[in-house]
Amino acid sequence: MHELSLCQSLVRQASRVAAEHGARSIRRISVRIGLLSGVEADLMLHAFPFASRGTAAEGAQLDMELCPVRVYCPQCNRDSEVPSNHLNCPHCGYWQTHLSGGEELLLASIDLGIETDAQTLTSSKPWEVPHV
Amino acid sequence: MCDTCGCAIPDHLYHATNEQTVRTVEVLEGLKAHNDQTARHNRHHFDAAGVLVINLMSSPGAGKTSLLEATIEALKSRYRIAVIEGDLDTENDAERIRAKGVPAVQITTGNACHLDADMVHQAVHALPIKDLDILFIENVGNLVCPASFDLGQHANVTLLSTPEGDDKPLKYPVMFRISDLVLITKTDLLAVLDDFSCAAVAAHIRQLANPAPVMALSSRQGRIEPWLNWLEEQMMKRRTPHFTPVTANARPSGVMRPHVRTHAHV
Ligand SMILES: Nc1nc2c(ncn2[C@@H]2O[C@H](COP(=O)(O)OP(=O)(O)OP(=O)(O)O)[C@@H](O)[C@H]2O)c(=O)[nH]1
Ligand SMILES: [Mg+2]
Ligand SMILES: [Zn+2]
Ligand SMILES: [Zn+2]
Ligand SMILES: [Zn+2]
Repeated sequence: MHELSLCQSLVRQASRVAAEHGARSIRRISVRIGLLSGVEADLMLHAFPFASRGTAAEGAQLDMELCPVRVYCPQCNRDSEVPSNHLNCPHCGYWQTHLSGGEELLLASIDLGIETDAQTLTSSKPWEVPHV
Repeated sequence: MCDTCGCAIPDHLYHATNEQTVRTVEVLEGLKAHNDQTARHNRHHFDAAGVLVINLMSSPGAGKTSLLEATIEALKSRYRIAVIEGDLDTENDAERIRAKGVPAVQITTGNACHLDADMVHQAVHALPIKDLDILFIENVGNLVCPASFDLGQHANVTLLSTPEGDDKPLKYPVMFRISDLVLITKTDLLAVLDDFSCAAVAAHIRQLANPAPVMALSSRQGRIEPWLNWLEEQMMKRRTPHFTPVTANARPSGVMRPHVRTHAHV
């Protein structure tokens, strides 16, 4: 429901990082979304073209990594993947587990298009382009 | 192959024109970093003023305003209360609260699906919070969005009215998982809702690994004592030194941030 405004702040964050690196365009934005974060990945994908229009992120690819819900059981000392509405330990049944994954809502990385002039490029081969 | 002209010379990826190389930058920044920062700031205000702040959430019409009216009636002789109203479209709820003789600030900006920390921050500066004991925030009626936005509250209280059905915690786990207290409202209707079970609600809350108390109330019939007692308990905790916010599920406030914002404070 608020995915558009969330996308807008994502675009702002990404644009700020791009500006810090002197990049004019953003090729790809990669985010991590937990299944218990309250954010719908489909709605984010849908909202992204609207949110990025006219910004450095226009035309960028939005990659979303969905993070499963995981709980840690202090009773049997195990960490397990569980459905988002069944957070008890699937091994021993202990109910008071601790959430260890699924709340993620993170801008992980972005791919920037860096303008480089021909002179610097003649000396560098494409496979030597630094990946930071 | 060269991207620019299609020639097959291996080294010829770049031509004399300006070109772009792609560089990956790791960011690892929360998408709600701004909201979380403002929420911490709000919590700092609340703790400095010594006011207990309760965020009330529910689906539309579950009985938030009615519960507040009954609560104010019961507690206003002993506590100084104010309400921030998140009903973005009308002044109705704020007027109902004012009619009970306590201040209410209506939030009027923002998208109509949830309150965020910025909206609450503005409202906080419109209230004499140093002169308050309890501040209630009535969130927008919605079982989805409000759960994702920390406002700086000390406790999340979620209402579930009997006509909605006892399966709601399993359909909206994001909200019910982070609730510090679950109130089953409109229990006067249980007589005609034979398939609603309060025990099932409690079992579903435990299935979400949430130890929050589950209480059955009816604002209509004035049966709200367990909730009033819970509030008294929170007030007692407030008054004892080294107060730590309510329960296991109150969101981590971290170390109390100094006042880093640069706005004028009232
Ligand atoms: N039977 C019964 N009806 C109730 C009770 N509490 C509230 N209602 C009715 O439920 C309707 C909605 O109540 P409100 O208190 O306005 O609910 P709300 O959650 O504030 O609604 P929104 O702010 O619009 O989301 C009103 O018609 C109330 O009279 C109750 O304990 N029993
Ligand atoms: Mg209301
Ligand atoms: Zn929302
Ligand atoms: Zn276990
Ligand atoms: Zn402030």
